[in-house]
Amino acid sequence: MTEPRQTVVIVGAGQAGGETAIQLRKLGFAGRVLIIGEESQIPYKRPPLSKAYLAGTASEESLHLLPQVSLDKLDIECRGNTRVMGVDRHGQRVLTEHGAVSYDKLVLATGARARELNLPGAHRPNVLPLRTVSDVNRIRQRCQAGRRVVIVGGGFIGLEVAAVCSKLGLQVTVLEGLPRVLARVTVPQVSAFFERVHREAGVDLRTGVQVTALEGEPEVKQVVLDDGSRVEADVVIVGIGIVPNVELAQDAGLAVDNGIVVDEFTRTSDPHILAAGDCTNHPNEFAGRRLRLESVQNAMEQARAAAATLAGKVEAYRAVPWFWSDQYDLKLQMVGLSAGHDRCVLRGDPATARSFAAFYFRDGQLIAADAVNRASEFVFAKKLVASRALVDPAALADEKIALKSLL
Amino acid sequence: MPKLRFVQASGEEQVVDAPLGKSVMEAAVNNMVRGIIGECGGACSCATCHLYVDEPWFSRLLPPDAMEQGMLEGAIEPGPRSRLSCQIDVSDQHDGMILRIPAGQS
Repeated sequence: MTEPRQTVVIVGAGQAGGETAIQLRKLGFAGRVLIIGEESQIPYKRPPLSKAYLAGTASEESLHLLPQVSLDKLDIECRGNTRVMGVDRHGQRVLTEHGAVSYDKLVLATGARARELNLPGAHRPNVLPLRTVSDVNRIRQRCQAGRRVVIVGGGFIGLEVAAVCSKLGLQVTVLEGLPRVLARVTVPQVSAFFERVHREAGVDLRTGVQVTALEGEPEVKQVVLDDGSRVEADVVIVGIGIVPNVELAQDAGLAVDNGIVVDEFTRTSDPHILAAGDCTNHPNEFAGRRLRLESVQNAMEQARAAAATLAGKVEAYRAVPWFWSDQYDLKLQMVGLSAGHDRCVLRGDPATARSFAAFYFRDGQLIAADAVNRASEFVFAKKLVASRALVDPAALADEKIALKSLL
Repeated sequence: MPKLRFVQASGEEQVVDAPLGKSVMEAAVNNMVRGIIGECGGACSCATCHLYVDEPWFSRLLPPDAMEQGMLEGAIEPGPRSRLSCQIDVSDQHDGMILRIPAGQS
């Protein structure tokens, strides 16, 4: 007798959701695979949204994780425009606005949403977040050369958008509340480097400023700052971080703590439910603690771990975290987690050059690196961080010594 | 449409249609060629689309830029005809091109 066909339901059609489905098929899973997403699109890549897609050099279709025809071939069902309202864990059913769907296993890949500016006027039509294809389509309609864009937030999204908008010929202002850009992810020298680069490109970059009001009706015309100054705006783009979508898990009674709590096999506190991507809080070997990561690499690799667990293969998620950002002619590549470092050395001079690397140590061990236009340093740092190498900081700071020789 | 021939270290072959203007990586990923992941989506940031390009095609390709060269140094089993397939845009000249996936990657 053949076993009844198993059904895996994946909530969330982002990269984690899409990759879980694709990897399930690669592993030979023969049951039903259904992805339910709120957006209308099939799973697509988000990193290009603030880069090539905003710049107009990548088509929407090029963002798809796989084209529709390949998804069809793999028998992966995608149900878009569908909001999941709840999970009936006892009955193993997902409750959507269009009816219930039964599952044998459920994967929560609900991702995160853009954090909103908590100010009056934040919902006016020219104040826009950047998280989805439709967000960027709206932004692009308003970003013609000569217009004035005010970007709230000097993180990766804000700075990438500033670089694209500046290249498109807009007048760009970036407003960062903290004393420096990228403060959450890097050291002051690297922040200062990016501040210099943006200012050299003509961006009016202001740090340590708070937005106190958005003025203008029906559209915002002026952004008011705490020092009383006003910045004229045709469009306001808000890039102040993301909030994990954990409500579904929370309402279903799963353990949630800054993300859906999962183990290294992506299992939640319910044996029939897994979770992957931006929405999860997982034990991270390299950080030596639990954390929630916001990165495509984490989404993709956790998705593969989830698929392996579903397919009955034991494959723990223990990848070294890495990130990248493209701004102008610069590629910033980061590996490891630099938080908690006790020493940082530089290779090259960020104050004058457009290419350098920063290496981070804790107790003599290389724990992270940031590389700007230094791919070789990035790839070897990745290997050194992965192997928890004890490296001589002076050797890393010495341009004459190839990193390869330190492996 | 040009056809690309992907060869695994085991000798297993897969011939795929590669739309003009798409990258070799996209053609591989869309056809589930084993060992080609393209994690960064073609941003030359991850080296998970690394492969070896056979002659005569290898010598006809535009040479890798500094970023690609750097990434290749850290790829799995780099060789003299290593390239990142996300950095090769498919053109008519590439019809029949033979691409080999490193043993350690698949």
